[in-house]
Amino acid sequence: MTDHGHHELPFWRKYIFSVDHKVIGIQYAVTALVFLFFGFSLMMLMRWQLAYPGQPLPVFGKLLGETAMPGGVMAPEFYNQLGAMHGTIMVFLGVVPLAVGGFGNFVVPLQIGAPDMAFPRLNMVSYWVFLPGCILMLCSFLMPGGAAQSGWTSYPPLSDIAPSGQTVWCLAMVLIITSSLLGSINFIVTIVQLRAKGLSFWRLPFFVHAQLVTAFLLLLAFPPLEAATVMQIMDRVAGTSFFLPSGLVVSGEQLKVAGGGSPLLWQHLFWFLAHPEVYVLILPGMGIVAEVIANNTRKPLWGYRLLVYSVIFIGFMSFVVWAHHMFMTGMGTTMSTFFQTTTMIISIPSVVILTCFIMSLYGGNIRFTTPMLFATAFLPMFAIGGLTGLPLGLTAADIYLHDTFYVIGHFHYVVAPGTLFALFAGVYYWYPKATGRQLSDKLGKVHFWLSFVAINLVFMPMFFQGMAGLSRRLYDPTVYAHGRGVQALNVLISWGAWGLAIAQLPFIINFVMSLRAGARVAENPWHSTTLEWAAPSPPGHGNFLTEPVVYREPYEYSVPGKTKDYSPQFQAEG
Amino acid sequence: MDAAGHEDVSRHMGKYYVVFVALLCLTAVTVGVSYLHLTRPLAITVALIIAAVKAGMVAAVFMHLISEKKVIYAVLILTALFFALLLALPNLTTFEHHSGMPGT
Amino acid sequence: MSETVIPYMVKPHPVTGLPNGKLGIWLFLASEVMLFGALFSSYVLIRIGAPHWPPEGGLSSEILNVPLGTFNTAVLITSSITMVLAWASCKMGSLPRFKMWMSATVFLALVFLVVKYFEYSDKFHHDHFPSHDNFFAVYFLLTGLHGLHIVGGIVVNTFLLTAGSKMWQTDPEHFTNRVENAGLYWHFVDLVWIFLFPSLYLL
Repeated sequence: MTDHGHHELPFWRKYIFSVDHKVIGIQYAVTALVFLFFGFSLMMLMRWQLAYPGQPLPVFGKLLGETAMPGGVMAPEFYNQLGAMHGTIMVFLGVVPLAVGGFGNFVVPLQIGAPDMAFPRLNMVSYWVFLPGCILMLCSFLMPGGAAQSGWTSYPPLSDIAPSGQTVWCLAMVLIITSSLLGSINFIVTIVQLRAKGLSFWRLPFFVHAQLVTAFLLLLAFPPLEAATVMQIMDRVAGTSFFLPSGLVVSGEQLKVAGGGSPLLWQHLFWFLAHPEVYVLILPGMGIVAEVIANNTRKPLWGYRLLVYSVIFIGFMSFVVWAHHMFMTGMGTTMSTFFQTTTMIISIPSVVILTCFIMSLYGGNIRFTTPMLFATAFLPMFAIGGLTGLPLGLTAADIYLHDTFYVIGHFHYVVAPGTLFALFAGVYYWYPKATGRQLSDKLGKVHFWLSFVAINLVFMPMFFQGMAGLSRRLYDPTVYAHGRGVQALNVLISWGAWGLAIAQLPFIINFVMSLRAGARVAENPWHSTTLEWAAPSPPGHGNFLTEPVVYREPYEYSVPGKTKDYSPQFQAEG
Repeated sequence: MDAAGHEDVSRHMGKYYVVFVALLCLTAVTVGVSYLHLTRPLAITVALIIAAVKAGMVAAVFMHLISEKKVIYAVLILTALFFALLLALPNLTTFEHHSGMPGT
Repeated sequence: MSETVIPYMVKPHPVTGLPNGKLGIWLFLASEVMLFGALFSSYVLIRIGAPHWPPEGGLSSEILNVPLGTFNTAVLITSSITMVLAWASCKMGSLPRFKMWMSATVFLALVFLVVKYFEYSDKFHHDHFPSHDNFFAVYFLLTGLHGLHIVGGIVVNTFLLTAGSKMWQTDPEHFTNRVENAGLYWHFVDLVWIFLFPSLYLL
């Protein structure tokens, strides 16, 4: 595994067009973090309109131009653009690239004892198809009529007739989807073929199992959306009617198209991807939480095999629940019952996983390091997110709750204090491995507590707004009496959101400053058991100084009779 | 990739030619059957069966699937299952009729 | 920082029995099954929802050119056997034969595209663009995407014929693997057409 090589590569091949999974992982992670903050900023603008409808926005109102913010007041079209782009960017340019492109690329080869991914050049191509997709997505704001503005879900007929930014959205998605497909092939082949000697399937860290299932989801679920996106491009550019029904009237005039298409077709193809996509959003996070909990409780994960079977079952079931997003489209009772049933079934393995994590805490010698704070908080936050999903999965309750703020509260709980907290845990946990330096634990704890309080202020009230009947994607909630009834909550949420932004400052400062000023670390500062901690911090080219061999299960902490409270997988004697 | 690949392959060549001829014949059959103007459901069934046989031969022989490894079979069975679901569920969901009125 | 050596690039993995590239290409083909599967599913949904099909009346076989479609089917089937022969030539150690059969494969692929060009321009000449109705939308989408995949195959196969074949001198086994993987992709493209042809032209 050691580097038999000789010459240093030039800067552009070492850091820009690198084929090294660690460099590519950092490229994805940094790009994703930038887009997470950008997507967050879009939402902060929306929150002004929601808290103070029709009021001019101080300072930024004039900077955004007269089309978007005439007189500093947000135009409804701009609100819609912010909404659609916030969703798209957070999901496809933020969370998944960080969780899979960033953490997956950096950690997985190290955790399995491989020198790199199976196809390093393909890995590089994946990133360099992804980045132009991101830039193109950003450029859609510059199109006449603005960016995509038909929701992140881009439902036709509206999206078919929307301004040109929607076409740019489609093209950007094609690039991003292609990048994802190439990446998922790489992950699966790497995990199947490149494991170190002694690293059988049942000795893999849970993080790797989670990434393997995630890769299969991406591989098999994305192509239908790619097909649908091409069809939408054809509808918009070539005048086809894949999604346009006959007799559609727009602004009082019959649309001059052939018709005969089906808006529902888009919904099926979109949600066929987008449902597994939400499991793509959560599974790597669960993987990170598993690693951090085992490490910081100094005991093995409770129910490791159960966890693995559950995550595989979730992966499989995620392909058969998608139409629970479509309960309100006039489905017959047989099919809606089918999807309701599968949706209820899929909640079971999620509960099993959460239970195993909670049981893993019991009797542990817990170290409340910053990663552990985030990983522990994940548990009740994911529980709230998961539980609030249940009424949405039941058709009868969904009739009332569909397209309300209840839904927004539900999915944000799972992704924001859920996955995002897990990703933060991952950053604090693996930063020493990637950089050779520790992040400040004090600043980390400030980041955690401020974020934890703020994020609950933002999302908890949304359940009440939804139950009061407040619709999502609504430019001015105060036009309705039931909206005025919960308008005070909008003010609370918006201030919570702006507070959440400020809460990220300690993180940004910590991240940047620790690159130079953080305490230096050796290979295994957390006294962990998994393979990545055998490599130097940061690992060099080829990762390991000697070829790693695996001698035991992944979480041999506090083994009775041993002097150390951890027995790494890669050490011959414990 | 065995060292004895040379002999292995030349023994298999016969199979490849047989499949080639069979594929051409079945193509002729499928076109011929279309001139019979069978009823729609029967026409679709026959055409898809012939296509499946042709595809099966390409997959089994040209793509060596008949002697492939378990990992590949597992991936393909999973894929076939999801493909079947993608084909069936949107259509069942869209066209489930109760009152006999379209879309209800 | 020279290139890292990745295990099982050429020799198969002791447990799975596969070299990395073969597993990789099969995974790619699995995703392609889902891509074309989505297109077929869409075709079914649109067609079932249509009052009659083709929407403008008549039969598919009257709108599309069945003889040309049949010819193209034979062309692709032949290109599949030449692809197998190209790979077999590699296995039997003959680069010149490989080049001959691979050239035949690329040539047949180009013939396919030329025929499609004539089919498409005939349609355009009669003002039958994708926007005309969903029959044409589906026809152009499915054959168009399939055609793009043919172009991709031509690019890969041409690379293997030219610059790529240099690998034969240093690592013939690795090169043979590459040819086999390219072959798997090519057979898949043929396989899709085997379903496309009756579905669009005959039914």
